[in-house]
Amino acid sequence: MTPEAEPVLSPEQKRALARTPAQCLRHGVIQSLPFLLVLVPFGLLFGVLSAESGLDLAQVMGFSVLVLAGASQFTAVQLLTDHAPTVIVIVSALAVNLRMAMYSASLVPWLGDAGPRQRALTAYLLIDQTYALSIQQFERNPRLRLDQRLAYFLGTAICACVPWVIASAVGFRLGRAIPESWALDFALPITFLAMVAPMLRSAAHIAAAGVSIVASLVFTVLPSGLGILLAAPLAMATGAWVEKRTERLKAGGLK
Amino acid sequence: MSGFDLKVWFIIAVLGVGTYLIRWSFLGAIGNRAIPEWAERSLRYTAVAVLPAIVAPLVVWPAATDGRPDPVRLTAAAVTLGVGLVTRNTLLAIVAGLMALFGMLYLMA
Repeated sequence: MTPEAEPVLSPEQKRALARTPAQCLRHGVIQSLPFLLVLVPFGLLFGVLSAESGLDLAQVMGFSVLVLAGASQFTAVQLLTDHAPTVIVIVSALAVNLRMAMYSASLVPWLGDAGPRQRALTAYLLIDQTYALSIQQFERNPRLRLDQRLAYFLGTAICACVPWVIASAVGFRLGRAIPESWALDFALPITFLAMVAPMLRSAAHIAAAGVSIVASLVFTVLPSGLGILLAAPLAMATGAWVEKRTERLKAGGLK
Repeated sequence: MSGFDLKVWFIIAVLGVGTYLIRWSFLGAIGNRAIPEWAERSLRYTAVAVLPAIVAPLVVWPAATDGRPDPVRLTAAAVTLGVGLVTRNTLLAIVAGLMALFGMLYLMA
């Protein structure tokens, strides 16, 4: 038997292949648990900030159930607080979610053969955490069957999305009890900075963030929120340009 | 229902549908067709392009101090960014930033 025909599987890969769908689902739930350390405080904070900006509980639930995307929910609530026009709130928050088109594309080779209803459900539950865990699991165990992959994905989603919704409701209740002297106006900038800092992995990411900062400060003379709409595409183009340049320099063999 | 409530619900509805369509795009409709290279390149930078643009004015000219630069908030922002860059851990950066914020508020009071 040649190694190409029957690749040697590690014990861990063999164990993954032997799991029933129910066991795959449980495995997904368990591997998703550490993410709760981030998701639960985030959800609480979203509820707190929403309460401060005058949303009611139904609207908080509306965001967390129907939109189900942390960073864009924070973006929308912040811009609502700034009294930005509706169009600007929507475009900015959607722009934050554009990265999910990449997630969707990169799951096609793994889940593209599922039925339309299963793909529709997968799309709804496709968030940073479920994507990151699932793509790792699929790439590490390429021989998993489709039903095993779907069950694993569903497991990660149950453990991430349900606590997110509950935490935002609890946060909303807490928010009503927190006095204004706590300076919670600044919790959101801190949250965003904390999300961005670990993303600054390459020169291109740093350049994009730099342009975004400078442009948004310059454009504050414009009506509320409009600056973001101009700053963000400039920053995206900068990131793409620096990345391409870096690649070309590498390809050219320059040191 | 007040005008504000209507606005919020309208935003929730459009964001819900729009975000769903973004997630569904390739899985649901486009399938195995490749994303153009320039689009993939730009999509990688959406988060670092949008989030700093929202944060920067809030850090430099906070509404809570009537738009005057404020040492408390500038320090908290710097600590958050620094801890986030060094540890690459979002939650740790938030905790450090909030501690800096409350510590500075206490010192300046």
